[in-house]
Amino acid sequence: MFAIFKKELRAYFTSPVGYVYTGIFLAAAALICAFTTIQQASYNTTTYFQYMIFTFIILIPLLTMRSFSEERKMRTEQLLLTAPVTITGMVIGKYLAAFALFVSTVLVSCINFFPLISYAIIEKSSAANGAHVGPVGGQVVGCLIGVILIGACFIAVGLFISSLTESQLSAAVITVAAIAVMILVGVFNQFIGVAWIRTVLDWISVLSRFDHFAYGLFDFSALLYYLSVAGVFLFLTVRVYEKRRWG
Amino acid sequence: MIKIDHLVKNYGANCAVDDISFEIAPGEIVGFLGPNGAGKSTTMNILAGYLSSTAGRVMVDGLNVLDEPLEVKRRIGYLPEQPPLYLDMTVEEYLIFVYNLKGCTFNRTKHLEEICEVVKIQDVYKRVIRNLSKGYRQRVGIAQALIGNPPVIIFDEPTVGLDPKQIIEIRNLIRTLGKDHTVILSTHILQEVQAVCDRIIIINKGKVVADELTENINRVADGNRRYRAKICGPQREVLNMLNDRSDVSYVEALPARDGDAYTFLIESAPNVDMRKSLFYTLAQKGWPLVGLEPLGMSLEDVFISIVDKTGEGERAKKGAAKGRRGRTGTDLEKDIAQSIIDATAEAQKNIAPYSEEE
Repeated sequence: MFAIFKKELRAYFTSPVGYVYTGIFLAAAALICAFTTIQQASYNTTTYFQYMIFTFIILIPLLTMRSFSEERKMRTEQLLLTAPVTITGMVIGKYLAAFALFVSTVLVSCINFFPLISYAIIEKSSAANGAHVGPVGGQVVGCLIGVILIGACFIAVGLFISSLTESQLSAAVITVAAIAVMILVGVFNQFIGVAWIRTVLDWISVLSRFDHFAYGLFDFSALLYYLSVAGVFLFLTVRVYEKRRWG
Repeated sequence: MIKIDHLVKNYGANCAVDDISFEIAPGEIVGFLGPNGAGKSTTMNILAGYLSSTAGRVMVDGLNVLDEPLEVKRRIGYLPEQPPLYLDMTVEEYLIFVYNLKGCTFNRTKHLEEICEVVKIQDVYKRVIRNLSKGYRQRVGIAQALIGNPPVIIFDEPTVGLDPKQIIEIRNLIRTLGKDHTVILSTHILQEVQAVCDRIIIINKGKVVADELTENINRVADGNRRYRAKICGPQREVLNMLNDRSDVSYVEALPARDGDAYTFLIESAPNVDMRKSLFYTLAQKGWPLVGLEPLGMSLEDVFISIVDKTGEGERAKKGAAKGRRGRTGTDLEKDIAQSIIDATAEAQKNIAPYSEEE
């Protein structure tokens, strides 16, 4: 499992994919940060994180599209599946590699807060005594956790889709669509008049659960929700492989 | 070492492997032979744990593939039909990855060095696999299978696409490996099996149709039953005389002439050496025998007729007609094929039915 993890992580940076992904991620994050905080003269980072989630529609498929489809196309999965590694071990190794790269880029993107903090330090000197100036720590940490959990969820979905096809391109397109639906359900459900449909869609929506984190609350049920969605899709990926063996 | 017990594999309604049983002893080199789509690769994939069987049991070193997949996989080195290479890695990176993947514990540098020496890839050790030629890629694939020193090695068509020199090298390599490994290789090239394998298993339509030691097959095929004789004498009378002999089962006058000698194709009856008495008879008649040359039988034809006989319907008939390829003489090959098929069928019948309880 660790061998696969290492190999996958390395593979991101021996092909352009890893660079494209980190590049777009960091550039988009910086732009969004500039537009939502500095330009708005606001220390509120919630919008920044919410918009960041929208970039995942493009970014997560970059991470996951080749994971399994490439192995299948190049027949290298035959090596993995005949090596003394369980299917679960293989799936988790690949998942952790994508997740590790994702988390590191999210953490690196935190450099975007430096301008905010430096502004805050300057302003603080002229502000009234005791007033809080600058980004709220709890909110930022909450949002970071929320974003990472949502990413964990999407990566599992992406890996599952990648395991279904031999073509990277179709894996990417389908993953884009799937993640877009998961996000947009939350955006559009406010326009739906029927209450019960709204409740259902709200439950499916990934975004609605993010709101709690945005308030700086650590929502245990949301944590459980994201982890179980990720778990279900990883389980399904393992099943895809099991099924193909028996098919 | 390996025991395959009434193995069945269905792909939907399509039956790829239909009740195959055989055993392979430690240190044996076994060749799987069969036309395309016969079920060779499927059988090997099941052995290697890549596919699961629909029914039946596969035991490696006393372990059931289904019960202890990881232990079994640790004992098998597998080179699939298309070597599973990561093209953007260097050979070194790739082999280290496989080494880690297999969870080996012995000295890595030394182990990899030894393997590279065996398959002769030291020159390309630092190169990216994408840039390697087919032959080198195949060798890297073989190196991959050897990592971890597994007692069983499975090669699926190891020499496809290689040049003749490389083919010979790989064959020699396989023979060397056979000294301390159990090797199974599949191919559709008969000479290959003849050259390297101790035993030949012919699979057709998902069934074992022949399972014979190579030396036995060679002995049968080399058996002196068909000769080309050059006799100086009146062609028709010689022909009649030969036809009347009880130890000759078939005679044919060939168009070739050598001076005043006519050429005849003679097949003796089974298990009779008619050369001496033929010589005396001809000497008595005053027809000098100026040449007598045994014609070995073509294993290729034996193989083709085994496959044809075990095929079905139209295709088999067409194949049979083609299989003769303008050879002369009777269908000795077919007789041999039939006897091998019968012997195998008999042996297969005697294999105890598979039971879950064992």
